[in-house]
Amino acid sequence: MKTVQEKLAILADAAKYDASCASSGAKGTREGSKLGSTEGMGICHSYTPDGRCISLLKILLTNYCIYDCRYCVNRVSSDTPRARFTVDEVIQLTIQFYQRNYIEGLFLSSGIIQNTDYTMEQLNQVARRLRQEQHFGGYIHLKTIPGASEDLIAEAGRWADRLSVNIELPTAPDLVQLAPEKKREVIVETMETVKHRIDEVQSEKRAGFKPQRFAPAGQSTQMIVGATPTPDAEILKVASTLYSDQRLRRVYYSAYSPIPHADARLPAKSPPLVREHRLYQADWLMRFYGFKADEIVTADNQNLDLEIDPKLAWALKNRQLFPVDVNRAPRELLLRIPGVGTRSVERIIKIRRYHGLTVDDMKKIGLSWKKASPFVVTSDFNPSVKLLDSLLLKEKIQPKHRQLLLFDAKQSAETGEV
Amino acid sequence: MSVVAVSDFASWRDEARALLAANQPPHEITFIDATAPQKQSLFVGSAVRIVNAPTTPRSTPRVPKDFLTLAEKVSCHRDEIRFELLYRALWRLTHGEPKLLEIETDDDVRRLYLMEKAVRRDAHKMKAFVRFRRVEQEGEEYFIAWHRPDHHTVKPTAPFFTRRFPSMRWSILTPDLCAHWDLEELTFTPGVTSDQAPQGDLLEDMWKTYYRAIFNPARIKLKAMVKEMPKRHWKTLPETRIIDDLLDEAPARVEEMVRRQTGLATSAADFIPADHDYESLRQAAMSCRGCPLYQDATQTIFGEGPINAKIMLVGEQPGDKEDLEGKPFVGPAGQILDQALSEAGIDRSQIYVTNTVKHFKFTKSSKIRQHSKPNVHEMTACKPWVQAEIALVKPEVMVCLGATASQTLIGRDFKITKQRGEFIATEYCDQTIATYHPSAILRMPTQEAREETMAALIQDLRKVVSVL
Repeated sequence: MKTVQEKLAILADAAKYDASCASSGAKGTREGSKLGSTEGMGICHSYTPDGRCISLLKILLTNYCIYDCRYCVNRVSSDTPRARFTVDEVIQLTIQFYQRNYIEGLFLSSGIIQNTDYTMEQLNQVARRLRQEQHFGGYIHLKTIPGASEDLIAEAGRWADRLSVNIELPTAPDLVQLAPEKKREVIVETMETVKHRIDEVQSEKRAGFKPQRFAPAGQSTQMIVGATPTPDAEILKVASTLYSDQRLRRVYYSAYSPIPHADARLPAKSPPLVREHRLYQADWLMRFYGFKADEIVTADNQNLDLEIDPKLAWALKNRQLFPVDVNRAPRELLLRIPGVGTRSVERIIKIRRYHGLTVDDMKKIGLSWKKASPFVVTSDFNPSVKLLDSLLLKEKIQPKHRQLLLFDAKQSAETGEV
Repeated sequence: MSVVAVSDFASWRDEARALLAANQPPHEITFIDATAPQKQSLFVGSAVRIVNAPTTPRSTPRVPKDFLTLAEKVSCHRDEIRFELLYRALWRLTHGEPKLLEIETDDDVRRLYLMEKAVRRDAHKMKAFVRFRRVEQEGEEYFIAWHRPDHHTVKPTAPFFTRRFPSMRWSILTPDLCAHWDLEELTFTPGVTSDQAPQGDLLEDMWKTYYRAIFNPARIKLKAMVKEMPKRHWKTLPETRIIDDLLDEAPARVEEMVRRQTGLATSAADFIPADHDYESLRQAAMSCRGCPLYQDATQTIFGEGPINAKIMLVGEQPGDKEDLEGKPFVGPAGQILDQALSEAGIDRSQIYVTNTVKHFKFTKSSKIRQHSKPNVHEMTACKPWVQAEIALVKPEVMVCLGATASQTLIGRDFKITKQRGEFIATEYCDQTIATYHPSAILRMPTQEAREETMAALIQDLRKVVSVL
């Protein structure tokens, strides 16, 4: 019999390939809570040397699994050590960690044992007892098992702040190849069930009713990147559909990382961290900057440039739109200037009501002037048209990066550090 | 020149109101920070007071609400210039620059916002980095933390902890100010030194176990970690004590990950021929090396039967006799199957019969070769053959005999005992049905059980006939 500590080592290790750890979005602490609060903003209580935050106690209920998804350390054919927490053990750990302010709450997932409904019921039981018996008001993120019955999903949403169904791999053929027992239709169907519930609750609220809570922090998903040759264009297209059709809060991209007891059919190499980073940047452009997936990646250029960020890459391909006059341009255009973030755009719009922006102002706003300068006109500055037209612009903007690249790329390939 | 000592937002606001009413321009006032003790001593002896004390204020100055929120935050900053800066901004707001706060590039405004940001961040880090240690005093449970804030954030942040931990007795000790919650009231006492705080908690070992396990040694991003978790806070965070070890171990852990692969690198997919007709498939399967089972088996046993068959039967794997004769279902289990088929009214020569795994897997005990169940690696490696056969025959009904075939072709969570005898639409065939494997009948302990299982097998096979 394994001790709780031994189980924790196995079941946290098994859970770490899920990138999400967000604890944000929950609206207001549940009534009657005696321990725990959710006030909207997520809190990261610690960081590990892999640069990821620890916000939630992220564990599996068990890593026994009947499925054989090749990229997964817990697949049935892996020789990884197995363990299973009891419901009580998870509850105790969550409460004890929470009381010491180590965590914001619990992110509970599980391998599939017996069948999907049985597994989902086990997860629900933990959440239900935390809420009802412990009066726990902290954050709970439950993994929703694709194909679980509607009743169980309804119950999960009642206790959890966030639900997530993993899309796993970008395309249906990828899934066939690496997770033959998981079906894209079933995954999407489960997402839709969650979405409909969320919609229902919202429309009831608008109608003035006080409906039971259902996953107030919405739903998210994760896809593994780099385990199959699928290009970024496909990945971003899928993400953009998920944002619009399923109205997901977040799509997480997880660079395929070598796992212990890896399936011999998958590449044992460093995770493509730079690519993962670029995908997140592209994701941000789609969500907050008004970019469409097919502007960021095109039919003839299906992958993101690893050397420069996707916004700069887009600007270099669309030089005819620049330079942009920061004292006149509409918000949509300001958002497209490389090196300028959403907050800087708001600042520019505010300040220019009172005076014309100068280079000095731009530097103070907190944007990357080096990156932005070739693309903007201020009241005292006009970029060299020659520079904007120059084929060397890319190098001019990032000379340091360029010079170091030979070493950088090698080092980052070795260390995985971006 | 006036010298004014203020310690927090409330006292600054009171003084500022009076000074403004007295029309005192900022350059004539020196604010000193009453919370910075060594600085105050500079003025020991000299009376700290307001010259030109206000007469009755002419009118309450009107300033944007945002300014008060900003001032409240900035007052918590540790930089002693904060009160002076705030008064200058207040002066400018009330003397011809009412929109000053919107001009974030103004030096004063920018500095104020930077200070506000630092305070906000510090308050956030307090919420994140306070680590309670559990102690028992006179049978009561207490949770005590030692924390070092960068700014004066204890007071404004303490209510967050009362909302979060209403049912715990807790104290947050800091060098400046300590906050206490006794389940009813939030109180503050002067700062203390770190030795006043408990030195450990048994649960910290468990927390470190979690920290170690959740860290992925294949991704090292130290800069990202230190940026969000500055080293000056590490002293109060127990988990940071194992960071050096984690980094030392990381390369070896990654190497181990890459080295220790499980499963098979190859599968039947590597041996599937370009032509998918029966003869090509059968020939290619004869030399399949997709898994190691070929090494001990005599030969590959491919499926047999007309390729336009309406019914396809899929078993588990060939047995001893099949392995020697080269045909599926010709041993004892085959005889049972033949008997069941004829009772159900199915002509074996009209159906296609095959197995999920095409080689005989066995263990040798004395003289006999004992059947041994194929494992997941072997089942997965061999699957492309049966998939190719299904694609070729396109049966109207597919019958899975036993758990191996059912779990491979219907679903991993399929249970023969619960779900046999039902038609299920699968990706391979709209009418897929699972039933007992004939060898299960051979293994039954009693004659009665054998007859019962046989009857069930025949019953399921009759269902097959009925839908054709």
